[in-house]
Amino acid sequence: MSENLDSLYRDIIMEHYKYPRGKKKLEDPDVTSEGKNPVCGDEIGMKVKLKDGKIEDISIDCLGCAISVASGSMLADAIKGKSIEEVKRIASAIKAILKGEKPDEDFDLGDLEALEGVSKFPVRIKCALLSWTTLVEGLETWESGKKSEIATTE
Amino acid sequence: MGDVKTKGHHSAGKTLLNPEMIKADFPILSRRIGDRPLVYLDNAATTHKPESVISAMDEYYRKMNSNVHRGLHTLAEESTAAFEWTRKKIAAFIGGVETEEIIYTRNATEAINLVAYSWGRKNIRKGDRIVLTEMEHHANLVPWIALAKETGAELKYIPIDDNYRLDLNNIDKIISDNTRLVSITHMSNVLGTINPVEEIGQTAHSKGALFLVDGAQSVPHMPVDVKAIDADFYAFSAHKMLGPTGIGVLYGKESILNEMEPFIYGGEMISEVRYDFADWNDLPWKFEGGTPNIAGAVGFSPALDYLSDLGMDNIRNHEIELTAYTIAKLSDLKSIKIIGPHDTCMRGGAISFIDKDIHPHDLATFLDSRGIAVRAGHHCAQPLMKRLGLTATARASIYIYNTPEDIDKLVKTLREARRYFCNE
Ligand SMILES: Cc1ncc(COP(=O)(O)O)c(C=O)c1O
Repeated sequence: MSENLDSLYRDIIMEHYKYPRGKKKLEDPDVTSEGKNPVCGDEIGMKVKLKDGKIEDISIDCLGCAISVASGSMLADAIKGKSIEEVKRIASAIKAILKGEKPDEDFDLGDLEALEGVSKFPVRIKCALLSWTTLVEGLETWESGKKSEIATTE
Repeated sequence: MGDVKTKGHHSAGKTLLNPEMIKADFPILSRRIGDRPLVYLDNAATTHKPESVISAMDEYYRKMNSNVHRGLHTLAEESTAAFEWTRKKIAAFIGGVETEEIIYTRNATEAINLVAYSWGRKNIRKGDRIVLTEMEHHANLVPWIALAKETGAELKYIPIDDNYRLDLNNIDKIISDNTRLVSITHMSNVLGTINPVEEIGQTAHSKGALFLVDGAQSVPHMPVDVKAIDADFYAFSAHKMLGPTGIGVLYGKESILNEMEPFIYGGEMISEVRYDFADWNDLPWKFEGGTPNIAGAVGFSPALDYLSDLGMDNIRNHEIELTAYTIAKLSDLKSIKIIGPHDTCMRGGAISFIDKDIHPHDLATFLDSRGIAVRAGHHCAQPLMKRLGLTATARASIYIYNTPEDIDKLVKTLREARRYFCNE
């Protein structure tokens, strides 16, 4: 069991959990998005600055478990400089990995590969997903020019 | 099971339970989680079942299985007798009420919904008030929120104080003259707090309101006398007291139940039906439309016997001692804060806590990896969590088969979690 536990809480995940990236102030964001997992009470607030259709900077404030915090932190590292389309494709790849499936595309996901261990803990998948759904919904709302609503993975 | 003396010993005038011997009656408690023995501390969610309950249900399907109240053959007679026998036992178990006042439901949630639909939709109008507390389970919250939305009634909440107890200072104002119903939990599934139901019930009645008590967490853990409480309705679930899932109870005062319309319409609940007319059956069947959970009722009977044989006073004493032990041990851990009263006289054994650095879900996953089952989350009490400024807690909840050693394992593993997550 504890071997299994270490596959969930891999070193990379614990590193991101203890020192989350993207935890900072971001002035004048183009996108703000909030996400919640009502069932576990995790809450996330995101701000994104865009430039030429690409992610210039992001701030993440996550109140949640190690998995949701680490997932958000890795997200912050992974998406800088990426276009909105690329972000959506990475998000789909992450979803696939969390379900224990092979992603359609072969990305170099770097640290994010560590989320693979979560797939063996079905109740924790939504923790890992929260930051991604929050970001994608935020970007989609921005694209459609609407005011952002609260995202949820329930 | 054997008699209580083989499972308990006398000490200072009290009979203490012998949880080690009790454990042996519960097959599931000998299973392992991975390579560790199971330590089950999630009893507020559901309890395990003794051999006697499991075999009664098995026997029922093997030897007796039949529909109730309809057949004229031996199996039907035996099934009906067993089904109704449990009802008698339940009536005796909660203080000796009339058998007709015991209505089978699926669970406490359905029992409360029965009142909200059948009594509430007839008697609650715009401008009426329904009084709840800030510590209610969603089961005693959402039915009233829906009813208030539908009728335009107003919801008012008795607040909790800094010691996680109800603040009754303004009770006379909160339970106003236009209050039609006061519905509160007897024991909080999050805080463990036991509420002074007699006192609140008196105030409710003095204002002409009815009084419903959610007993999901109290009936399993302490002696309950619904007549002494003077509750108009009292709701609980069998699965939290050694019985099977899918069967629960609504107690209601006969005079009130008689005035209520049915809840579920169909077979069982009628006396006469013509193509354009139906008349209702007598209590309690008026509220029991359709084929009920017969095997559930049959399995509930030995659960009640098991608890009665141990003695609800003895069970309460066992839990007071083990709760005190748990609180003392948890208090030794600097990073842990207990969310609930410390005084064991006014609380039960559902013990919520948080670690200042580790999220409850990470704690629960870590504990599970060591074979220890606790619950983490909002415990179906989101408004209470928000009120406390929390998003989740971890909760260890004890029962008759838990020992100080179980608590020692919990505390030791919480220390290990600090090493794992916080490099301590
Ligand atoms: C205080 C309280 N009320 C009501 C319920 C609902 O019980 P059930 O889900 O069996 O209907 C629970 C169960 O968790 C509870 O703890």
